[in-house]
Parts: sequence; structure tokens; C-alpha cells
Amino acid sequence: MSALLEVRDLVKRFPVKRGLFFERTVDYVDAVAGVSFDIAAGETLGLVGESGSGKSTTGFCVLQLMRPTSGSVRFEGRELTELSGEELRRVRRNAQIVFQDPYSSLDPRMTVGNIVAEPLVVHGVGTRRDRRARVRELLDVVGFDPMYVNRYPHEFSGGQRQRIGIARALALSPRLIVCDEPVSALDVSIQAQIINLLKDLQAEFGLAYLFIAHDLAVVRSVSDRIAVMHRGRIVESGPAKQVYEHPQVAYTKALLASVPVPDPGRMQERKAERRRLQGAVAM
Amino acid sequence: MSAPLLEVRDLRTHFFTREGVVRAVDGVSLSVDRGRTLGLVGESGCGKSVTALSIIGLIPKPPARIVGGEVIFDGRDLTKLSERELEDVRGERIAMIFQDPMTSLNPTLTIETQLVETIRRHNDVSKREARRRGIELLDEVGIPNPDARIRDYPHHLSGGMRQRVMIAIALSCEPDLLIADEPTTALDVTVQAQVLDLLDELRREHDMAMIVITHDMGVIAEVADQVAVMYAGQIVEQASAVELFARPEHPYTEALLGALPQLEDAASRAGRLTAIPGRPPSLLDPPEGCRFAARCPYAGEPDGCAEHPPELRELRPGHLVRSEHPASERARSREGAPA
Repeated sequence: MSALLEVRDLVKRFPVKRGLFFERTVDYVDAVAGVSFDIAAGETLGLVGESGSGKSTTGFCVLQLMRPTSGSVRFEGRELTELSGEELRRVRRNAQIVFQDPYSSLDPRMTVGNIVAEPLVVHGVGTRRDRRARVRELLDVVGFDPMYVNRYPHEFSGGQRQRIGIARALALSPRLIVCDEPVSALDVSIQAQIINLLKDLQAEFGLAYLFIAHDLAVVRSVSDRIAVMHRGRIVESGPAKQVYEHPQVAYTKALLASVPVPDPGRMQERKAERRRLQGAVAM
Repeated sequence: MSAPLLEVRDLRTHFFTREGVVRAVDGVSLSVDRGRTLGLVGESGCGKSVTALSIIGLIPKPPARIVGGEVIFDGRDLTKLSERELEDVRGERIAMIFQDPMTSLNPTLTIETQLVETIRRHNDVSKREARRRGIELLDEVGIPNPDARIRDYPHHLSGGMRQRVMIAIALSCEPDLLIADEPTTALDVTVQAQVLDLLDELRREHDMAMIVITHDMGVIAEVADQVAVMYAGQIVEQASAVELFARPEHPYTEALLGALPQLEDAASRAGRLTAIPGRPPSLLDPPEGCRFAARCPYAGEPDGCAEHPPELRELRPGHLVRSEHPASERARSREGAPA
């Protein structure tokens, strides 16, 4: 069986510009420098890395929200980098995104109901009445009281807003959702609610996730496989258990040793481990 | 045993807003011993930062006002001091660093200007001497090539390096107490580990006490000797770090630890996290009884904790808890129940 998503040698190059009035390009930087991975239907690939590692850019390039400089993105057997306009839009029904910041990713002037219905409207799905019913169903699925469809996003907490964002991503029954740091703006107790929700939805609808995050513990709790990104490249990848328990690359080892573990008894041991690994990461 | 360096007793800081009185800090008591680290942990909006700002007299007035309680620092009640006296305390005895070093450093001035200014404000030394000390401090906080870096502007430096500069500025007055409010939240995990190690090293070398404010239980485990858990404007549990993680008593602390995804748990992919239902109460109109009651799995028993606010009580020596249902008592009552 071929993968749902196949990414090969993905590159995204940005110009580095100088000058206040007459900008000129002085250099280029490859935010994504040749990244390859597969995601099977119903599977979660956790893409971890520190800020600037290129993990979010990778997510954007997969969905063609940003056009990659080169490389291939095959989704459901179609080459997305060659599609545009109407064709791309049709493919996007099956590939959606959930953003990190539920405060800035929802239009403050739209009601909750309209935010969730928007993808349905854009893709001309159903009648008004069908859409209204679908919105209520979606909100119900994500644990958001459908009673509040006519309210505005600012009236809700971060966790509730993230539920709205997830309901919107689910509206077109996608097969893949790119989750870009979906819980990092949330408090621990709320974060757990959203992680559980994402898992429940995956079990129910057979969703595949590209789960992008910097928090290694969060990523472990949702991912089947892990890819570790560093300076635009995937430096290590494999089944979650293998990467977490037997990391092969020095960078992955240092990254894992840096995570503060909620166990004061092991502090000294982990500190010593970190000191041993120092130098694997750039200061 | 000597008196603690800092003792906060029943501190209340309220915000008087158009919507009403927000009880951001509503009866906080805690103490910090000389040379030790207190970790103050809680979720956003629980009042941990307002507690810190109240201690050093930096709350925005209006709308905020300390309406009750005492902040005894080295024998003096800081809430009774004039603005002038507080400034001296802040410059010479207590220093504070914040989450985002980019907003606490002046972007238009070099590191040198900012360091020298701080050093000379509190010490009667020449510019040259202040600069020499500044370079020493940068070296101490692990900034490579400090005599060149001191001429840089903040934007030349990475986030981790900027936080190191902030720590150097904070250290320049040789404080007895350093308050660090989410000092590593904006940093990458590898840099966070380095900065936490640095803070701990400096604490030991300078025999300085610290209050580290964070939402991250992992960070707490890493740096704190004592831990105070805050919820909805109150301390709900305080104990030594080892004790708190090994034997959490308050249902909120238990739930918080249970909600954490575990880095080393291979089974976590298949399982579910134990989420805490609902969310914290509004501090505009907090519930009369226990503030955690609405989310607490053990509330609603005949003890009436939802109506009567529980007091912070000492369950075991050094282990304080504000709940009618601490874990050890629940265990005991289960054992005591007739078979």
C-alpha cells in the first residue's frame, strides 16, 4: 500500500534581504533543506525540533500554503506541487491544518458558527440548512457546546478556541491534518483535553496527523513515528519508541536530555548526562 | 533555625476594574529560606506573577492594590515602605528577571550602557570600574568573549544570550533574592537546560535565594528545593520538591501531574491523559468555598467544602495543603472503612 502522503527532497529557500529602501538579496537560506518522509492513512508522524529548525515551514509546504522551492509532495497519489487553483483547492478538502495560536487564527469578526461553516461554504458543500446541521454536529464532536454558535471567538478561552479551530479543520472530513503546535499555547490541564480530543478524533475518523511541536513529551504521547528536525534537515527518524529510547544521533540525545523531567530525584543524573552531551548542540 | 529570608503572610492583591474587583492574589502565604529556591507553579491567570510583583512593589497601581497581608523581607514589611525605600530594596537586595529578555532590555542601548548604568546606580564606582565589573559578570553568566559582546546591542544576541545578560544585570547588585518569572519559557529546550543550570550554579556560588515562577512542573523539579502550587489566587499546596512529586496531596496537584505527557512513557501513545475537566474559576467572582471544588473529583461529599473555604493546613511537618480531601486522608478513610 502506498502512503497517504509522500514528501521527497523538499526544499524551501528564503532570500536574505538587506537595505531599508532599496532591498536587495544578499544571501539565501534553506529553511527546509531536503526533507523526505511518508505518512500512512490513520497514522501520526511527530515532527519535532527547536525554533528555526524548519518544522513549521515543512508543514506549510506540504499543504502548499507556501510553495516549496523544489522537491515533491504526493498526497493521495497526486503531485501537489504541480497543482494550482481549482485543482489544488479540491485536494485541500482532504488536507487541513490546525494552528498554534487559537487567538490569532480565528477571524474575530466571524461567529463561531460561520468560522466552522466557512470551509463548507468555500467548497460549496450542502445547502444552508445542511451546513447548519453539520456545524452543530462538528462542534458537538469536538466538545464545544453548539448552543454558542452565534458567539464570537474572543468570548472563549484558549482551549475552547482550539476546539473551534479543530471543528473547522474537520468540516470537510479530511484524511490528513497538519497540526502546527496545536497545544503549545495552552495550559497543561487544557492541553491534556485537546491531546485526548485529537486522539479520539483520529480513532473515530481514521485521520492521519503531521504533528509539529517542540515539546518532546507531548509529541511522544500522540505519535507513532518521529522525525527530528535540525537546521532544515531530518537528522533522525523512526518509530517513536526507538527514537526516544535508543536515539542514534548526538543531537537527538542532547535534545532528549535537555527536557526537564518532573522528578527531582533524577535531576543530578540528567544534569550529568547533559554535561556529557554538551557540544552536540550549538550554543 | 533562623528566620526565613522572605515570609509572605496572607497577601491579597486585588485589581479594581470597571467589571469589578479581580482577586488576583487572595491569601497567599509562603516563605523562602536564605540560599534556597522556591518554585512557584501554576497555570496562566492563577496569580503567580502578580504575587511576585506584589512582593517587590511593582504592581500597576491603579488598578491593582495590596489590600491585605504582609511581605516580611529580612525583618522589614515591604508593603509598608515608601516608593523610594522600595527602590533601594529592589536595587540592592532583590532582583527580578522576566520571561522575555527582549522586552526587558532596552533595544536602543548597548549591553555596556545598560550594565554600567545599573552598576553605577547602586555602587559608587567609576565608569571604568563599572565596565570592568560588567565584563566580569558577563563572563560569569557564560557569555563567550565578553569584552567584545559588551559592545553589542540586544538584537545582536540570541534569546538565550539575552537572558544571560538579564541575569548578569540582576546579579550586579549582589541580591539576596532573585525572582525569576518564567525565565526559560521563551527559550528552546536545550537553551532552557543551560540557563536553568546556570541559575542553580549562581545561586550556590552567591548564596542567593531564588523564587522561580513557572507553569512547567519539569522546570520546578529541575531547580526548586521547595514548591508552592498556586490555583485561582491561592497557594493550595506547599512542600519540599522531593515530597511534592513523590506524595502530592492536593487533588489539583495530583491532577496536574497526571495531565503531564511523559517523555519516558512508552504506553502513552495508546492511552489517554487524565485531563482536568472544566477550567479555573473567574477571579472576578470566585466561588465561596474551595476554589477547586467544581473540578475536583472528591468534592461534593458531606463535608461541604464547596461552601466553606478550606484553610491552608500542615498535614505533615513542612507539607501544607488547602483541601478537605488530601490524598493521604482519602487513603486512610478507605482503609478505615468497614469491609
